[in-house]
Amino acid sequence: MENKRTELKVSALENGSVIDHIPATSLFQAIRILKLDELDNQVYFGTNLRSDKFGSKGIIKIRDKYFKKEEINKIALVAPTATIIEIKDYEVVKKGKVDTPKVVENFVKCFNPKCITNHQHVPTKFTVINDGGALKLRCRYCEKTTTQATMEFK
Amino acid sequence: MKNRSLISINDYSKEEQLKILDLAEGFEKNPRQNILNNKVIATLFFEPSTRTRLSFESAISQLGGKIIGFTDAASSSVSKGETLMDTIKTVANYSDLIVMRHPLDGSSRWASEVADVPIINAGDGANQHPTQCLLDMYSIRKTQGSLDNIHIAFVGDLKYGRTVHSLVIALSQFNTTFHLVSPDELKLPSAVKKYIKDAGLNYHQYTDMNEVMDKVDILYMTRIQKERFADPIEYEKVKNSYILKNEMMENTKENMRVLHPLPRVNEIEEAVDQNPKAYYFQQALNGVYVREALLASTLGLI
Repeated sequence: MENKRTELKVSALENGSVIDHIPATSLFQAIRILKLDELDNQVYFGTNLRSDKFGSKGIIKIRDKYFKKEEINKIALVAPTATIIEIKDYEVVKKGKVDTPKVVENFVKCFNPKCITNHQHVPTKFTVINDGGALKLRCRYCEKTTTQATMEFK
Repeated sequence: MKNRSLISINDYSKEEQLKILDLAEGFEKNPRQNILNNKVIATLFFEPSTRTRLSFESAISQLGGKIIGFTDAASSSVSKGETLMDTIKTVANYSDLIVMRHPLDGSSRWASEVADVPIINAGDGANQHPTQCLLDMYSIRKTQGSLDNIHIAFVGDLKYGRTVHSLVIALSQFNTTFHLVSPDELKLPSAVKKYIKDAGLNYHQYTDMNEVMDKVDILYMTRIQKERFADPIEYEKVKNSYILKNEMMENTKENMRVLHPLPRVNEIEEAVDQNPKAYYFQQALNGVYVREALLASTLGLI
């Protein structure tokens, strides 16, 4: 009798980045924020994986790609628990957590339909406010606060 | 404050706000001075606002400045589809300072980033109207002698009124006690109340304005608009509860004054206009002095 596989097999990365501990509910948002759908690199992702620490998590592996700190920090808005691992020659060379950015520029939409940024070609700019753990974004233009519940990505 | 845009009241520190009030006192004593001679001020009103526009234009005229501009978007290049950025960049070439009113929130901040002349925000959608805030502060200081330790009641629509929000935020710098009178549907948003709490100050909420009449130094009336209510029956229930009448003012403090950003609809009975405690028309006049002070200081002339 043939042995049935009990795990999805994803080949180990020779070179590239692994983003781990993404809340399962935020995985696709993280993919969109990092614009992974526009890359030519090999991208693997998994979601609703069991995690002892986080319950249910997502993970992304991207071959031959390293992120700038400010690029990866963008996902802190949806995945503050994420860790980023860099791999070279099958070895982990760097491991770190995402940091919450102080400002968020031009990848989140302002939730206020009357905000100038939703009517003319104005790049959005927000100050990040930490309201008791919940991250909120205060628009530089209309001064309204976009919360996680109303957050949409450009 | 020279060459700096004023978009939101918070763009000025407390000291700078008080400096404008001090300068405005000088203009009240001597409103006609030829100090804007040779200056061209653009007044761009992308939506009509007769009162604010005329107040600015009166201030500019009394100081001898020249005015260019338009009074609504329909008579401007905006109707041809020009972007705000292009309009502002163009007009900045023709003028020393731009006063603007625009229906979209945040439009004035954006304009201040693309213009190389200072912008004074005369109202951007529901967001900010800092010159109204300064003239309200001026009126309070003038009638009470000081901005410190005032008891103020805000009455009516506290939810949507940007005038109320800005003034609450500004007065949170001055040890004010706030009495907030509104229907349940139109209470002050918690984001604004947070400024009061963060300053360590107190506010009290009421639905009946009679409860505050004898407590306050300033009674700040606002109008309640029917379209703010989801349920028209709710509007019918409250529409007559927030109307100021002379007999309600019998036991008010001697120094109490009634303010209103105007235009009034029916929330202050016309008979109140004759009451020595009515101050709203003088308040509108104060706006001219405050705007004179702002224009002169932004252009670096005083």
